[in-house]
Amino acid sequence: MNTLFDKIWDAHVVQQVEEGPTQLYIDRLYCHEVTSPQAFAGMRARGLKCFRPDHIYCMPDHNTPTHDQDKPIEDPVSKAQVDTLAKNAEDFGLNHFGMMHPKNGIIHVVGPERGLTLPGMTIVCGDSHTSTHGAMGAVAFGIGTSEVEMVLASQCILQARPKTMRITIEGELGKGVTAKDMALYMMSKMTTSGATGYFVEYAGSAVRNLTMEGRLTLCNLSIEMGARGGMVAPDETTFEYIKGREYAPKGEAWDKALAYWKTLKSDDDATFDKEVQFDAADIQPMITYGTNPGMGMGITEQIPQTDGTASFEKSLNYMGFQAGESLIGKKIDYVFLGACTNGRIEDFRAFASLVKGRKKADHVIAWLVPGSWMVDAQIREEGLDKVLEEAGFAIRQPGCSACLAMNDDKIPAGKYSVSTSNRNFEGRQGPGARTLLASPLTAAAAAITGVITDPREFM
Amino acid sequence: MKQKFDIITSTCVPLPLENVDTDQIIPARFLKATTREEKFFGDNLFRDWRYHPDGSLNEDFVLNNPTYGGEILVAGKNFGSGSSREHAAWAIAGYGFRVVVSSFFADIHKNNELNNFVLPVVVSEGFLQELFDSIDANPQMLVEVNLPAQTITNQATGKSEHFEINAYKKHCLMNGLDDIDFLVANKDKIEAWENASR
Repeated sequence: MNTLFDKIWDAHVVQQVEEGPTQLYIDRLYCHEVTSPQAFAGMRARGLKCFRPDHIYCMPDHNTPTHDQDKPIEDPVSKAQVDTLAKNAEDFGLNHFGMMHPKNGIIHVVGPERGLTLPGMTIVCGDSHTSTHGAMGAVAFGIGTSEVEMVLASQCILQARPKTMRITIEGELGKGVTAKDMALYMMSKMTTSGATGYFVEYAGSAVRNLTMEGRLTLCNLSIEMGARGGMVAPDETTFEYIKGREYAPKGEAWDKALAYWKTLKSDDDATFDKEVQFDAADIQPMITYGTNPGMGMGITEQIPQTDGTASFEKSLNYMGFQAGESLIGKKIDYVFLGACTNGRIEDFRAFASLVKGRKKADHVIAWLVPGSWMVDAQIREEGLDKVLEEAGFAIRQPGCSACLAMNDDKIPAGKYSVSTSNRNFEGRQGPGARTLLASPLTAAAAAITGVITDPREFM
Repeated sequence: MKQKFDIITSTCVPLPLENVDTDQIIPARFLKATTREEKFFGDNLFRDWRYHPDGSLNEDFVLNNPTYGGEILVAGKNFGSGSSREHAAWAIAGYGFRVVVSSFFADIHKNNELNNFVLPVVVSEGFLQELFDSIDANPQMLVEVNLPAQTITNQATGKSEHFEINAYKKHCLMNGLDDIDFLVANKDKIEAWENASR
């Protein structure tokens, strides 16, 4: 009568601290350059070595420029942070995929696509979007830098056991509705704190029918409802995706792993602390109007009336919007396709399918940033680069880019950006930038028309 | 920074906004440091709310209002949502706050505060609203946060509330210990787990 989460968590408990947290064993630690340097410095100060270096994979992604990656990074502070990761990986004997390494990319894109993220694993990273990896049937969650240091030192973490929630979405998604829209819809209903304290399992036919890429997008956004992580039980879609990937088990090890992975699902009589249901038919292409990801609506709907809080007023004021108005037809300035949310091959296919045979609006600046070099290679293999170029778009080099603007890809103050990333917080894409979160299809439609547009008009 | 935590009695800084995310607490462009310089992060706490885009001081923001000060930050619900950046906790500690009071915290940020010897105190919505009202009425009013007794007292009204913290973490805070000390001290248990799960 266990949930999927219980099965994986329980299999990794080293000990239960009396009247305290659980000491949990971690199968995989991912490190990027932003949240790890102080952890490595702490290790040096304590004179510690990494306990299990072969469980740890490092790669820079937040600071990396999306052009001229073969040249040194111009910003000396960014360069120092990226160089520090390389040196730390070398000094502590860790796997490292540096900039321009063929395996480099956004850590949450690279892990699954290389077969480093597998069902049944416990996975952490100093990054809240570590929830992404749960799509493979893993218990994956974001942690702070002190916790990164814990795992470097002991391959364990001290953590309170979260409650469990199952979100079931039954039915078929309508035309132009993607996994991104499912997530934005759920957030709009549950708010950004609706799942705080919980670990979510996504279930139901609408989830089952998603591709692996779609499930990764869905689980990526779990943190935006406050959930520590989200997961989908592994099934044939998962196994098919993993088989043959570089670090995935092979031969006999594959057969053994597969037999175990097939046991990873919630028992029929499993009980969750909370159950939530949604109907896929209620979801339309979504867009956000405010400054947290829960402030979203169907693209044809109107901005709701104020809830009376200072936060709501501040939010609309920042965005330059009025309560009660529709966003359709509003002029936009930038479009960003990419991030750990929507930087995978399926997202580029979706964007390309909509712009094919059309032209980018002249005034729109579009940044199309693949999530990894592997995605970049696939784009070229499938000829999507040609389709995009003919429509007036260029493909940049991989990295987190304008999702949080730690490199040069910053949206200028006051400008509107339709973005496939995960956060529309004030200043997230650059000081004063105004972000509207949406799917790759909705972003593509805006890129073509130059105004907020229902993508179904082009489908 | 490791420091022992006991009883803190202080005036408060009110921030009655909800869903304050860690991007506001410390914007991403200040995450490029490779060291833990408390002053640097503290100086940039709520950077884009403290300063106008042209670099001038935003005198309307509470941290720039000399009426308010102290070691206790009182914030609206769902404080610390969004990014896992521990830099947010470093900024709060670096500025000089030792306690954050709210009716609801985001999970990762709450852990980050605890790991930096900043105490997140969860109170009821009613207690929080009354606290905002008391601070508004008298910015010099004091709040006592008593970790050993797990109580928070609004000294203006005399009302107290119990707050939760697990016994292990309370012990750590009161004795200036962190989790890494604990973990590296029981490596035999970790190896035993590894051997058993092969």
